[in-house]
Amino acid sequence: MSFLRKKIDQIKRPFAKGEKWEKFAPAVNAFDTFLFVPNHTTQKGAHVRDAVDLKRTMVTVILALVPALIYGIYNTGYQYFIQTGEAFTFIDAFIHGAWKIVPMIIVSYAVGLTIEFIFAIYRGHEVNEGYLVTGLLIPMIMPVDIPLWMVGISTAFAVLIAKEAFGGTGMNILNPALTARAFAFFAYPTYMSGNKVWVSEASNVDAISGETILGSLAAGSDVSYSMLEMFQGSIPGSIAETSALWIGVGALILILTGVGSWRIIIGGILGASIMGFLFNLWGANALMSFNWMNHLVVGGFAFGIVFMATDPVSAAQTNKGKWIYGVLVGIFCILIRVFNPAYPEGVMLAILLMNVFAPTIDHYVVEANISKRKKRWANAQLKTA
Amino acid sequence: MSKDIQIHKGSNLNLEGEANKILVDLPAPKTFALNPDDFFNLTPKLVVKEGESVKKGAPLFFSKENPRIIFSSPVAGEVTSIVRGAKRKILQVLITSNESNEVVSHEVSNFESLDSDAVKEILLKSGSWPFIKQRPYNTIAQPEDSPKSIFISTYATAPLDVDYDFLLKNNKDDFQRGIQVLKKLTTGDVNLSIDSSFKGFFEKIEDVNLIGVSGAHPAGNVGVQIHKTDPINYGERVWVVNPEDVVNIGILFSTGEFSAQRTLAVVGSSVEKPQYYKATIGACLKPYLEASNLDDKEEFRVINGDVLSGSKTSADGYAGFYNNLISVIPEGNHYRMFGWLPFVDNHVPSISKTSLSWLFGSKKATVTTNLNGEERALVVTGEMEKVFPMDIFPMQLIKACLVEDIERMEALGIYEVVPEDFGLIDYASTSKIEAQDIIKKGIELMIKEVG
Repeated sequence: MSFLRKKIDQIKRPFAKGEKWEKFAPAVNAFDTFLFVPNHTTQKGAHVRDAVDLKRTMVTVILALVPALIYGIYNTGYQYFIQTGEAFTFIDAFIHGAWKIVPMIIVSYAVGLTIEFIFAIYRGHEVNEGYLVTGLLIPMIMPVDIPLWMVGISTAFAVLIAKEAFGGTGMNILNPALTARAFAFFAYPTYMSGNKVWVSEASNVDAISGETILGSLAAGSDVSYSMLEMFQGSIPGSIAETSALWIGVGALILILTGVGSWRIIIGGILGASIMGFLFNLWGANALMSFNWMNHLVVGGFAFGIVFMATDPVSAAQTNKGKWIYGVLVGIFCILIRVFNPAYPEGVMLAILLMNVFAPTIDHYVVEANISKRKKRWANAQLKTA
Repeated sequence: MSKDIQIHKGSNLNLEGEANKILVDLPAPKTFALNPDDFFNLTPKLVVKEGESVKKGAPLFFSKENPRIIFSSPVAGEVTSIVRGAKRKILQVLITSNESNEVVSHEVSNFESLDSDAVKEILLKSGSWPFIKQRPYNTIAQPEDSPKSIFISTYATAPLDVDYDFLLKNNKDDFQRGIQVLKKLTTGDVNLSIDSSFKGFFEKIEDVNLIGVSGAHPAGNVGVQIHKTDPINYGERVWVVNPEDVVNIGILFSTGEFSAQRTLAVVGSSVEKPQYYKATIGACLKPYLEASNLDDKEEFRVINGDVLSGSKTSADGYAGFYNNLISVIPEGNHYRMFGWLPFVDNHVPSISKTSLSWLFGSKKATVTTNLNGEERALVVTGEMEKVFPMDIFPMQLIKACLVEDIERMEALGIYEVVPEDFGLIDYASTSKIEAQDIIKKGIELMIKEVG
């Protein structure tokens, strides 16, 4: 360990302050701090600090994403083989999925991290770890057959326009991963919607129907999947959004570690349940009469509310605000699903919409505290000079 | 007993090196120092020169803003040097004790019959006034003010904090007398907060409004207690006094002499024998550290105060004006391979659940000064609220301070907080922000712009 440390210190020498390559220090530091927690000590403020840092937090989110990702990779192969009717093993399905998905992850990380490094060097700050999560989220919410160059362009758009244009990590209004998906959705609609994109090779092989449950509901046809299948996720859909079961495991990791806000997750589930239940009572069309419990497990709702809505930067920041934000995401998700058959996937638009309104929600929560204080001031008889 | 306060948010750091209940009386050290930086927002004006002899209780410097507030020598001796920094700022006034008993005396007979102004005059002239601080801002109180109430907190919750019941066990009468003196300074209550589970001798103190407090740090912070009992409104003043300074005031009004008693507790994992010492304000720390068997095999940091909001000093440093605690912990200037992975290095204490250190609940942890990461943009939300028990939005207030928006700082409650209330926020921050420093600068701005 000390040998490695010495080597790194040697490599870093030309990047030190006042040296030739000083400007590029953030890039080298990013790699160094992945090996070692730096030897920095506290200079002002509290003399001791918690073990938690942004790297640890972001890696915890990645850990929470892994179950859904692995299931998503398997399900990609499973959907293909089950529809073509070929015999297959678990490993076959997994390899088929990995063959499609790993390149997407590589493209997303390569494009996004390149931009992040360039901006870190240009702005002279350290590389923020937020992209580690965004970079994994982007492929996980895409349809499996989207061309890699579209993944690359959507990623670049998201990082540049949704994040760096606002000042980088911590300053963005919209969730970058969802912005990437929204960009792809509106720029390349034929690759992002319809009934030919949701299962691997559906557009090439006629035997495969790539329709999602929400898509067929919107078209007014019946759903041929059982609730159990919907829950465990063996249904067509974006890569990692299908399995409510494994997303639930991720949610548990996020909530138990305190990294994801349970207020948003529970608020969202409440909002969606209430809305779904009300529509059940109304029941004017197939989407409305679709059981409210099924609404929670199909489509991107579960994935969105657990991994996208809880992004602390673009969500509401006050505790009360998080409840309101979560409930509204849930309500709007079902509302968009039911009333706008062109966009059966309501959760993406619901979260982006609430991202925009999150600062407004916080504003009113904070104003309530301020007016309470001002009222107290007005009522106090000044007892002192 | 009036209303009790229960604090539900916050966290007690369970650290190695709590002081044993042993009070050691060492021979007094030779050198002493007064550090004007111990007093927030003070501009000192010297009245002594290098080489001058001073009696105990004789003025060394006074406040430029209010010349009535003087700062007295804790011992009789000679002013050996005045250490200055950039722009000739006074960093330290060093005094070498001559071990004599020369002392400035004041007339204090039958103080019970004195009125508020006469009491103030004695406190000011003797140099005891700086024992009284005001909220908002945590500056030294203005003698012209008459405070809404006075608060004394004996419930100490900071990491490794002292036990005031033990620390003041020999000064019960002086404490009671100090309370009676303070009672004359306010038309409101003198509030004494005590641990609601263990009351000790403070329960028998008269002429105070007892407040039982329970809960984790920062429940012991007097600011939190004020916020919970009678929050400060715009324009109001509340005065606060440390328990041992109540004793010092009590001694002044019985002997007529400035008392600079300061019981020090040397604590932390870098000392083998953490214990209490009878000492004096500004005393050289060296003999006390040696008597505690300082482990100097690895680098260490000496802190005047607790590890969350104390100020850094050195093994050759001097005791501060207000703190009873001297914390000594190892420096953390070393690398930890892959230490950023969740659930590894669980020996580093953490109140975040991304570490398994919460499984070792009752085990005392050793902390170092390592930052455990690097400073980052503010990303995680809600973590500040978990350790901040006031009805104030801490992150919003910090942001208002950063952009120097005075109106918003005021509206969000800057008058009710002082930097130490943000100590745990510093500690718990994922982005390693310096909340205490930001709040301190915000308060400095308030003093400059609003006053």
